[in-house]
Amino acid sequence: MARGDEAGEIETPMPETTLATAAETVTLVIDGQSVTVPKGTLLIEAARQAGIEIPSYCYYPNLSLQGACRMCLVSIAKMPKLQTACTTIVSEGMTVHTQTPEVANARKAMLEFELTNHPLDCPVCDKGGECELQDAVFRYGAAETRFMEAKLHHEEKRFSNLVYYDWPRCILCYRCIRICDEGMDVNALGIAFRGARSEIIPNREDHLECEECGMCIDICPVGALTSGTYRYKARPWELSYTGTICNHCGDGCKTTLGVRNNEIIRANNRDHSGINGEFLCVKGRFGWDFVNSRQRLTVPLVRRNGHQEQSTWQEALSLTHKTLRAIGEKYGADSIAVIGSNRTTNEENYLLQRLARTLLGTNNIDHHRTADYSSLVSALTEARATDRYATMDDLSAAASVLLIGNDPTHQHPLAAYQIRQAVRLRGARLYVVNSAEIKLAVRQASVFVKVRAGGEADLVGSLADQRPVPPGLVLNGADKLGALAERLAKESDTIIVFGDELRGAAIGDLVRWGLTLPGRPRFMALGDYANSRGAADMGLLPGTLPGYRAVADPEARARYEAVWGAPVPAGEGRHIRAILDAAQSGEIKALVVFGSNPVKTFQLPEGALSRLAFLVVSELFPTETTACADVVLPAASFAEKSGTVTNTSGQLQWMRRPARGFDVPDSALGPVPTRAEPILNTMRRTGTRSDLEILLALAREFGARWPYRSAEDVLREIIASVPGYAVALPPLLMGRAVATQAEGTPPPLERPDLVFTSRDSLFTSGTVSRFSWALNSVEESKQPHGHIF
Amino acid sequence: MLSEALKAKFDQVIARYPVKRSAIVPLLLFGQDEIGYISDELVEEIARRVEVRPIEVIEDISYYSMLHRQPIGKYNLQVCTNISCLLRGGEEILEHCRRRLGIDPKGTTPDGLFSLEEVECLGACCGAPAMQVNYEFYENLTPEKVDRLIEELRIRTANGHPR
Ligand code: SF4
Ligand code: SF4
Ligand code: SF4
Ligand code: FES
Ligand code: FES
Repeated sequence: MARGDEAGEIETPMPETTLATAAETVTLVIDGQSVTVPKGTLLIEAARQAGIEIPSYCYYPNLSLQGACRMCLVSIAKMPKLQTACTTIVSEGMTVHTQTPEVANARKAMLEFELTNHPLDCPVCDKGGECELQDAVFRYGAAETRFMEAKLHHEEKRFSNLVYYDWPRCILCYRCIRICDEGMDVNALGIAFRGARSEIIPNREDHLECEECGMCIDICPVGALTSGTYRYKARPWELSYTGTICNHCGDGCKTTLGVRNNEIIRANNRDHSGINGEFLCVKGRFGWDFVNSRQRLTVPLVRRNGHQEQSTWQEALSLTHKTLRAIGEKYGADSIAVIGSNRTTNEENYLLQRLARTLLGTNNIDHHRTADYSSLVSALTEARATDRYATMDDLSAAASVLLIGNDPTHQHPLAAYQIRQAVRLRGARLYVVNSAEIKLAVRQASVFVKVRAGGEADLVGSLADQRPVPPGLVLNGADKLGALAERLAKESDTIIVFGDELRGAAIGDLVRWGLTLPGRPRFMALGDYANSRGAADMGLLPGTLPGYRAVADPEARARYEAVWGAPVPAGEGRHIRAILDAAQSGEIKALVVFGSNPVKTFQLPEGALSRLAFLVVSELFPTETTACADVVLPAASFAEKSGTVTNTSGQLQWMRRPARGFDVPDSALGPVPTRAEPILNTMRRTGTRSDLEILLALAREFGARWPYRSAEDVLREIIASVPGYAVALPPLLMGRAVATQAEGTPPPLERPDLVFTSRDSLFTSGTVSRFSWALNSVEESKQPHGHIF
Repeated sequence: MLSEALKAKFDQVIARYPVKRSAIVPLLLFGQDEIGYISDELVEEIARRVEVRPIEVIEDISYYSMLHRQPIGKYNLQVCTNISCLLRGGEEILEHCRRRLGIDPKGTTPDGLFSLEEVECLGACCGAPAMQVNYEFYENLTPEKVDRLIEELRIRTANGHPR
């Protein structure tokens, strides 16, 4: 029943194992091999556990059962007919054969159905080489058909600029529909017509309007759904694959880059490694194309007679060093300030603050803080509860989640996915406090407390101090808060997730109250971009050394002075708003900016930085800030360097520099501008340097002898000396996410407006998304933030 | 805008089913009867009422050939060419309609009066060859009878007769 009518809209229950953790086991025999699995396991999964592969198209782990393709037929003793392994639950003593001639024949016959209208155009199909249908036809030899009728044909359709559909290749397994409905909760795909003419349709009939995550493309076992950025570009075996970490939001998805000739061709996570499993949002799957952009900065620029002119690395770096030193000598170290990035690696952040503190001699260092990690660390440290950070994995395994503020569907797609998985697969309850009717509140929440704009902190304060709730705070019924408190008191191990709505003292309140909840409540702060957590952890803060040690604390200073062999200034530096104010008033004379665009982020007025005597910016692209710079250093992107990043939940991951893919002679790429990292076979835009390389080169200019040759060297020092980062290196380098355990008592938040989210949507990601064709090509990117599909 | 009567009908039909979405097909039929086809507005309205996404309503429409997403003629001539009718001249009846109206199956006359469709067994085999016009059956057809019928329908329209 390849294109069978029966397979339509039947709602099949989830397999039992996903709903309950089965303690009892069942033993059965598959192909003569005895297998013991938890009760309730599906036969197909039991076989997989025993290393026996049963071909399947419609079956997909964690999606509802479809039983549509009949590829998984097996023979079970005492059962008269062949059975579908994907819908059969194992029972004690079952004897199963998956390789008999009868089974092989049945599969071959099923394949003949799949191929009724299938063109077998593997040589031009994107999926050729990694296609489940191609593999099966190869194995069972079913390329011939007994059908005499001409094959039906439809032209391929462009559902959107990122999702294309090629009807003749579709085998109607419904995986795409189910992942979109069940996994994404977008429900954008449907099935139209019937029988042999059935086809997948997009929600707007002639086009698709959705999250554009591309999950449907990846899950399609054949080449029916293809990617707008990858189609007809390459064959899968031509690419060299490297698992690295997405550089967009703060969730830290593993994304596997396929690279050919020093160019990223595609990204996906088909091996399901990493904290995100199969998940990637539109940014992780398509939004890397800024790396390939022609608008990248590739030559250092130096301002001469008012104009930025092309220069050399040598000149740019030595000018930077000389000017910074001269300004420091003339006006004092306090006349220099440093602004760091939310995307650069921990190693780079660590070196940047080391440079600021030991070579420039100032604590004037900060970054755009998108979540108040410091306050969470201090609150948990004070409560002796630093084992209560929740990770992204904890979130998908949670039984109860309380979400305060933020809109994860847009701002933290993985966190939203994990929450949906917990609700769908484990029956978890979600509680939402928000001033907007965010999608998770509407679709998944058990209790939704709608508060007035900015009311989240007041609400938490009332809960913590058991104060009566101020009138007008809760907008959707006075009893809602009571209901929330009552339900939470009955939950156990609730994970409390919050956005920038809570900062400073409000986080103290939250932790104080949250820890009184039953079980082991845990916490997660949501901040933007790949390494905003790492920026805070590594001490890109005016009053905080790496590992949340207060600059004012002599013991903490001594600790790092011993490691760095140089004095650390004692006085707390200026925070970012003070830095920018002082730059405008003329008190700050020199500003060093790495991977940040403060002119835009802080909406500085025209000419605000014109009083600076010197501005040096390391960036990927021309921005509002580089436009004002005296020296612009062209930086390497996340896909062109190695190092670690810490996701918003504190999980440390290794970002691996991809191989270049195919051997291009070095002469073709120009001189190799590095000493710190051997570049030979790894990806790099010619002319750029990683921030790590830039910082090491600058330190050399300053005459400092830093003992690092690579990111690994810096990481070893971080592991050895930064509290909370004492992790094992091998699992990290092997691609595992390792939880850090930040602890410390950093100074309290200086002022609330230092912490604010950039409110990126699913389709934006600060500066870099301006240079992504993919993210700007989809119509949805033009819809207002918060639009729900 | 849907009429008040139709909205009331919708309420009544939905109340009849334990699961709201089960009402989709009857709602589509009643809606199509009033509007003549299934408009975007109707899709949205039904989806809203039975609490599904519009695409799920669209799936159903595409499944059933008697549900029309585009406006069709006031009178939809559905000529059966299945086995009994075939044996008794159904194909000729279809061919006659085609020539007489100047349209192919799935087509509509320029004046918007007639649409033509070739359909499978109407369950009227004992009166083959048969044809269904909207909800009325016409049996034991001959080309002459078809001509008379078409003429009659024209007159009916001219007299302001409803569908
Ligand atoms: S891209 Fe994502 S949201 Fe869009 S249809 Fe595919 S799975 Fe659904
Ligand atoms: S498009 Fe792909 S995933 Fe969707 S039904 Fe067809 S073959 Fe399956
Ligand atoms: S959820 Fe965040 S980390 Fe994951 S792919 Fe999307 S932007 Fe990247
Ligand atoms: S995988 Fe079992 S029927 Fe499709
Ligand atoms: S065959 Fe025409 S009505 Fe049955």
